[in-house]
Amino acid sequence: MDWQIIVDSIPALLEGMGLTVQLTLISLVAGFFLAIPLGVMRLSSNPIFSAPVLGYVFFFRGTPLLVQIFLIYYGSGQFRPFLQEVGLWEFFREAYFCALLTLILNTAAYTTEIFRGGIQAVPHGEVEAARACGMSGFTLYRRIILPKALRLALPAYSNEVVFLFQSTSLVSIITLMDLTGVARVIVARTFDVYEIYITAGLMYLVVTYGILWVFRTVEFKLSGHLRDRAVDPAEALKLHP
Amino acid sequence: MKKILSAVAAVAAIGLTVPSFADDHVVLIGTEGAYPPFNSIDTDGNLVGFDIDIANALCDAAGYECEFVVQDWDGIIPGLLAKKYDAIIASMSITAERAEIVDFTGKYYSTPAKFITSNDMMMDIPNDYAGANDALAGKKVGVQRATIHENFLRDNFPDVEVVVYATQDEANLDLANGRVDLVMADSVALDEGFLQTADGEGFGFVGPDYDDPQWHGDGAGIAIRKGEEDLVAGFNAAIAQIRADGTYQAINDKYFDFNVYGAE
Amino acid sequence: MFDLKGYGWMLWEGLSITLMVGFCSLLLAMVMGLIGAWGKLSRNKAANLTATTYTTVIRGVPELLLLLIIFYGTPTLIQNTAEQMGFEVRLDFNPFIAGILTLGFIYGAFATEVFRGAFLAIPKGQGEAARAMGMSRMLAFRRILMPQMWRFALPGLGNVWMVLIKATALVSVIGLEELMRKSYIAMGAIKLPFTLFFAAAMMYLAITAVSMLGQRYVERWANRGIRRA
Repeated sequence: MDWQIIVDSIPALLEGMGLTVQLTLISLVAGFFLAIPLGVMRLSSNPIFSAPVLGYVFFFRGTPLLVQIFLIYYGSGQFRPFLQEVGLWEFFREAYFCALLTLILNTAAYTTEIFRGGIQAVPHGEVEAARACGMSGFTLYRRIILPKALRLALPAYSNEVVFLFQSTSLVSIITLMDLTGVARVIVARTFDVYEIYITAGLMYLVVTYGILWVFRTVEFKLSGHLRDRAVDPAEALKLHP
Repeated sequence: MKKILSAVAAVAAIGLTVPSFADDHVVLIGTEGAYPPFNSIDTDGNLVGFDIDIANALCDAAGYECEFVVQDWDGIIPGLLAKKYDAIIASMSITAERAEIVDFTGKYYSTPAKFITSNDMMMDIPNDYAGANDALAGKKVGVQRATIHENFLRDNFPDVEVVVYATQDEANLDLANGRVDLVMADSVALDEGFLQTADGEGFGFVGPDYDDPQWHGDGAGIAIRKGEEDLVAGFNAAIAQIRADGTYQAINDKYFDFNVYGAE
Repeated sequence: MFDLKGYGWMLWEGLSITLMVGFCSLLLAMVMGLIGAWGKLSRNKAANLTATTYTTVIRGVPELLLLLIIFYGTPTLIQNTAEQMGFEVRLDFNPFIAGILTLGFIYGAFATEVFRGAFLAIPKGQGEAARAMGMSRMLAFRRILMPQMWRFALPGLGNVWMVLIKATALVSVIGLEELMRKSYIAMGAIKLPFTLFFAAAMMYLAITAVSMLGQRYVERWANRGIRRA
């Protein structure tokens, strides 16, 4: 085990990690805010709303992320004259933009399904009660359904965040210097396959478990009302004050 | 249980073979197959190119029976070390960095590196590295990963954005697409593999020839695992022989109309 | 829009390799999953620790990175170990084998969790009754636990298959000529990337759709005779 090479590579690897985290965060936020309306639309009884969302979700969940990345990155090259005319080529020319666009669309699709599951898991009694109080439409969603749905979706969503973080490694295939990309370049130069890739792997591991720990803490804090309270048996057995 | 065990044994046997290479002189030669005109795969799936012809000529001269193994460039040295093949004849430049890990024969050709760019982007590139770096500051230059060109750019052109690709072809394609501003690679590979093809119309060489021994080494040689001195000696003798008896010149002329061996 | 200029056959070839890699990896993943689940449920501290480390590491590292480590690193590792042991081994570590080993290894971790959950879902009474009747642990496992476990494991395994078949696209990075790689090569020939990758995407969607249907049938078969609430 050549330790010197690991120490020398850490600055470059950290820079790569910076790009990885950047891509993850931007995609995550954009995907999250896209998925909320999409999740609601998905559950709409009106096919004009639900059908396109269904198609979109089916496509992005049914095909590999790599195909999606290639479709946008290489595929845009096929439409270059058209894109240049509408002035969009400046964006599609950049691998960074293509990668970000693909990641956002991909995570939004998965998150839409997660939110749909969350919305459907909201106990119907709560919705009925809210309706009985006269709440409807936007207020119903904002006050009752969405907060509950988001909390129910947290475990599944934490998995999606981890998945997104790890799938950023694919952008190294379209020339971006994320953590995996930097690792590949260093390995190509020095041939120290194990040292470098294991270090990069450890970095991914640490952040992954960091993310899961954050979510676990949030879940814990949000579910206080569901947990058993510590009860003094003597107090509980007293029938009269 | 027995069935499972024998099935597992059968599957394992597919992956492993126990051989010995010293006895029968079958020399496996690793090459990339994605670097025209030196080594590429034609539409029928056969390996063709300058490197291939030279390799065959060398094997004849040295009395080896040779077979080719295709390996992508990233894994070509690890493959040699893992004994997937015994020699690399794939236009690999002899550099000090690589010589720490593998042994090289003498060179079998030497051509300089150059930049190419689109004709409407032709800029003035001074001969000195610092001046060239300033001229290209902020531009994107495409190179193949794990090549001397990548190292050369990273070490001497800090203001340039180096974009790495798995194969030379991908770099050329992205230049044609306008995703990178320039590409740096071996001048001959660029000329025959890109500039003279349909995609290469509207592109041309720019700037000086680059042939700095520190980065570009002493030309392209054959990489062999450390410790196999007889193989190194055998190939070196073969190189000398084909250069002496005219075989080299014949192959040279088949592909190029200039002397590709470079200075003696 | 769908004119593949005669390169459609190439995509079909790629598709068959994709499916082959998928099936072989799934088999390996299930084997690894059973072993892993046994380890995680075992009281043996060493087995438990190994299995937990296995699932922890796989869950924390991207598949692409693992693929690169295994493909570029393992031949050298085996070479060095074999040399130290005194015999010379020449490995044909082609992308197909590397792909199956990697994918099977990675998704074995996912399958471990599926099987673990499935074993835990079997009513405890079943195992107790088997032991009470004098069955050895091996016999109880083979006759009572395994068959019932499948019913609980199938939905999870179906999901593992869905994710795995899409992950086969990654093996194109190490040169395996499956669907993605074939599309890429064809792109070099006919320069129609969007058309080609869209066709490939449609093929993956077809696999997904068929898999979803298949999963429904298999679950129905596995749940035969069980009264549903």
